[in-house]
Amino acid sequence: MTTTGTTIRTGATRGAAAPAPCWSCHAPVAAADLFCAGCRAVQPPGGADHFTRLGFEPGFALDAADLDRRYFALQRQLHPDRFVTKSARERAISQSQASSLNEAYETLKNPLERAVYLLKRMGIEIDPGDGVTIKDPALLMEAMEMREALSEAADTAAVAKVAANAEAERKKALEAVAAAFATLNHDATRTTVLRLKYLTKMDDEIRARRAALRTVP
Amino acid sequence: MTLLQLHEPGETPLPHEGEQTAAIGIDLGTTNTVVAIADQGKPEVIRGEKGGALIPSVVAYAPGGRVEVGETARRRLLDAPETVVSSIKRLMGRGARDLKELSGSLPYDLAPDDGGMVRLTVSGKRLSPVEISADILRAAKARAEASLGRAVERAVITVPAYFDDAARTATRDAARLAGLDVLRLVNEPTAAALAYGLDKGVEGLYAVYDLGGGTFDISLLRLEKGVFQVLATGGDAALGGDDFDHAIAERFLEQRRAAGKLAAPASADAKMILMTARLAKECLTEKSDGTWSVELGGAVSRHALDVAALEKLIQPFVARTIAISAGVFDDAAVDPKSIQGVVLVGGSTRVPAVRRAVEQFFGMKPLSNINPDEVVALGAALQAEALTRGSDNLLLDVTPLSLGIETMGGIVEKVIERNTPIPVAKAQEFTTYQDGQAAMAIHVVQGERETVDQCRSLARFELRGIPPMVAGAARVRVTFTVDADGLLTVAAREGSTGVEQRVEVKPSYGLAEDEMARMLRESIEHGRADMERRLLIEARVEAKRSLLALDAALKKDRLLLDAAEYAAIEAEIGRVNAAMSGEDRDAINGAVQALERAVTPFAQRRMDKAFAEALSGRSLDSVAERMEAGAKKKAS
Repeated sequence: MTTTGTTIRTGATRGAAAPAPCWSCHAPVAAADLFCAGCRAVQPPGGADHFTRLGFEPGFALDAADLDRRYFALQRQLHPDRFVTKSARERAISQSQASSLNEAYETLKNPLERAVYLLKRMGIEIDPGDGVTIKDPALLMEAMEMREALSEAADTAAVAKVAANAEAERKKALEAVAAAFATLNHDATRTTVLRLKYLTKMDDEIRARRAALRTVP
Repeated sequence: MTLLQLHEPGETPLPHEGEQTAAIGIDLGTTNTVVAIADQGKPEVIRGEKGGALIPSVVAYAPGGRVEVGETARRRLLDAPETVVSSIKRLMGRGARDLKELSGSLPYDLAPDDGGMVRLTVSGKRLSPVEISADILRAAKARAEASLGRAVERAVITVPAYFDDAARTATRDAARLAGLDVLRLVNEPTAAALAYGLDKGVEGLYAVYDLGGGTFDISLLRLEKGVFQVLATGGDAALGGDDFDHAIAERFLEQRRAAGKLAAPASADAKMILMTARLAKECLTEKSDGTWSVELGGAVSRHALDVAALEKLIQPFVARTIAISAGVFDDAAVDPKSIQGVVLVGGSTRVPAVRRAVEQFFGMKPLSNINPDEVVALGAALQAEALTRGSDNLLLDVTPLSLGIETMGGIVEKVIERNTPIPVAKAQEFTTYQDGQAAMAIHVVQGERETVDQCRSLARFELRGIPPMVAGAARVRVTFTVDADGLLTVAAREGSTGVEQRVEVKPSYGLAEDEMARMLRESIEHGRADMERRLLIEARVEAKRSLLALDAALKKDRLLLDAAEYAAIEAEIGRVNAAMSGEDRDAINGAVQALERAVTPFAQRRMDKAFAEALSGRSLDSVAERMEAGAKKKAS
């Protein structure tokens, strides 16, 4: 299935959801259709999941270039810039369509967010916010060591070394997440995603550290 | 119109010029404003009578109420600086605390502060930056209308990518006051990329380095087959060429003080010194040194400045732009030296030290083959055409700053992170912290810092009517919506009861609704002059159309007139032309009506002739066909 050119249908995986009447002309509109076939009016976004919205089967493996292609093709049809001369109602619907599409794109584009979203669909919440500690002692050890190395890095070169190490680890973690999703092993998935989450956070800290070094004259 | 126009089959009728209102692009800059229009994907700057592209963003308010904009206003700086306002963009959506002083003086006279948006006192009037910007936009609109010969009501207006919600709202309000329907607020770097992208058909990663008079923006874009996707953006809404001028002016003042001449300048003096400083800066982009004289309170001082000294003065500002750029590229995890190209935008990129710094940071020669003063307006014009006439291009922009809510202890909880593609809608749940808490104060802030006092306060509102519950039991869902113009709306809803409150964020530094209403009323009074002007333009357009139609008819059928009749029509044409060069709309309309009366017999004869030709001269088949077609039409 492609979403290039003037295709106006998103994924066909939404199943046999009942058609709803078009808000404009009341003709029946299939749940996956973005536009009414009769009057061409844009339809509200509905509650499709992020994968379906972009025409993918749910899964961790995803071709980034393919994601971009589908996203651009859909935004070409739905972005508010296409509706500037249309009615206020159509402009509002276009805005909510484009917003839903942006949310789906942002979630799928980022491997960590994609993984967390997939887990959530499987009923696994992975949000070690306040009060939830990391139980994996190896990960804890690694976290402490990296933090220490970062806090000791006094110049950009030293920070770059920590960053290179973190980046290499992050790549490995990504592969581990992909493998875990492929084997459908929930425990392994959970553990590997947690590690990826931690390494992504480390990335932010490295960035902040670099920014701090930049502002010192 | 009694003049009948007969067209050959297949011949296109004259276009109705007056029917379609044009959509223009406006780059509302700190120092200069530029207007452009695009036709079939080809943008063009609309020039003034003297051929210049730039309208200085300077407004003079004469004591009698007369408002002048542009070059004439800038000349007033010499004889009546107290009536002149410049660089007003720096005050858009800002409070008095945000302003920068020059040796203890501001180049503005501030009206008493009421805590909201800054007000200036000019020639006895109390004016907001929104009203002053509206005067600049009116001038831009008038230039476009005079040049195009038709009414202009719709525009794409550009704003710095780093403009916050308050400044964007202020810009949109100014356009409304000027009688312009804003099709879209487009970020300046994105507009510049559009002008470059369409021009060159480029693909890949590009940076836009935009250093204007008062604002700095750096954006990283991905260009691909008509898609302009902004990946990351950053900047400083109060960093630009004006800061260079300030630094030079401070140096001049310091030298005067050292020479024992007049210490603290009055605000009119501050304007004069800043103007001299600007001249010095501009001069030193080409020459290596010079001497400038400053006269204040009758005391003249002379100041020498060379390029090396200038570069030392502006170095901190240039360094800051590079540090911000480094942050943006770090955010996006892109090596600045790996991109395809960097585009220079904004007049301040003419300063050689700026170019050198950019070249060094990116490791490549920046692109500047489109005039950096005009490129943003050209892009805006392209987008205005794309929005009104359709286009295959797609602009995908992002929020420049994170948006969040104040939580316990003055900590900011981010709801929308910076560099999120827009439009976007995101919700977050909050809860009460006291038993039986019936209301919740919602404080919306914008910025990257963790604590509220370091972010910009956008709005405060209260969600009331929360039913009594223990602390932490209520579920308040706060939804942030940012539209394609980058404007924010916030709604809050309590889950168990469905109590809902929706507010369009009224920036703390924005205009209150009743103020906006008063200004709109006043602008209708101004608007009367605008309306007169528009009617005059329409009268001219209509007259021109009549003359063109008559000219075409005369070319074909002049022989239907005898010499006396022809002379009479010529005389009427002369009168219409004379009226058109005047300013009297009624005279133009009167002359056109007289012309129409004079040509009525001619028009009648042309009708008769056309019928005669149709029946005799042309092929009989075609006549038969037409009659048949007519019969069919009647039957159906």
